[in-house]
Amino acid sequence: MHVGLLYSRIRRDEKLLLNELRDRGHEVTKIDVRKEQFDLTEPPESFDGLDVVVDRCLATSRSIYITRFLQSYGIPVVNSHETADICADKAKNSLALADAGVPTPNTKVAFTVESAMEIVEEFGYPCVLKPVVGSWGRLMAKIDSESAAEAILEHKSTLGNYEHKVFYIQEFVEKPGRDIRVLAVDGEPVAAMVRSSDHWLTNAAKGASVEEFELDDRAKELVKQASDAVGGGLLGVDLMETGVVSESGDSEARQTQSDVDYTVHEVNHTVEFKALNDAVEADVPATVVDWLEAKVDGEQSLAEVSA
Amino acid sequence: MSDTITAEDPLSGEEIELPSDVEVGEIIDSPATGAELEVVSLDPVTLEEAPELEEDWGE
Repeated sequence: MHVGLLYSRIRRDEKLLLNELRDRGHEVTKIDVRKEQFDLTEPPESFDGLDVVVDRCLATSRSIYITRFLQSYGIPVVNSHETADICADKAKNSLALADAGVPTPNTKVAFTVESAMEIVEEFGYPCVLKPVVGSWGRLMAKIDSESAAEAILEHKSTLGNYEHKVFYIQEFVEKPGRDIRVLAVDGEPVAAMVRSSDHWLTNAAKGASVEEFELDDRAKELVKQASDAVGGGLLGVDLMETGVVSESGDSEARQTQSDVDYTVHEVNHTVEFKALNDAVEADVPATVVDWLEAKVDGEQSLAEVSA
Repeated sequence: MSDTITAEDPLSGEEIELPSDVEVGEIIDSPATGAELEVVSLDPVTLEEAPELEEDWGE
């Protein structure tokens, strides 16, 4: 197959994918999105003859627009524009999960400091304020007090970008010092890891330690539902365990395994997997390319049938 | 065949070693300065300071 890879940076994640595709003899065209121009009707020349485009844009804004252009051109893209549009925005992400009945942390959105303060007071302390667009734990605030809430909201309201005036506030979930990242293809888990940290943020990008995690049936079910909720594709589904006490907690109070449930806090659409690939036995890029091959085969068969 | 190639660090002017399989667009950490550098061409291998992190970057 002929694969186009959209990028603005070749990270180790993209390198793993490129190597896997080339090792299997697939033709790969790397497309640096910084150099492209997008016409309303005609795709750029670099997209000629592609069977599928893999969106590995680092910038969310580029990802959203380019996937939309590709949709208009009729060029298959992973992930779809619909998925990118939902996953790129935390409010849309939460709404999609809630609409599908997937357990997700209690979240509210407001547009003024006053209304946001009312939500904070309702949730109590601590609660969490997140930017609607952003990643890697950046600009996330755990609000511990009224004075902190006032200061953070005031700062955000003066930051300039209108998106900072969309106040996305979430209940604080008492997780056991870790969360779970699942890489999934159309809801089928490829591999999973726990990200552990003494810090309340457990992003790998924030230095959390990672370890392979075996998903139980409930987690697998939620990964499938969360994937379906955002339109499927190659996704990073983030879950937190609920009903589990931390390692430092009272062992007498430790819950039994049957008490463990999960809440899905986010689904990521241009998922990074280098940390996961290092942590697990599964060959993540190989499984992703298996999936891409099957997807392209399926679409070509469909095209032949309808021709 | 050598496993490494060299290129000039645009920030320090020092010759630095890179893996022989570097790609255009690849980001490497300069061993000379620690800065992120982008491979902008392969023949010859040319490096530029990588773009600063922007607000909408992520996964």
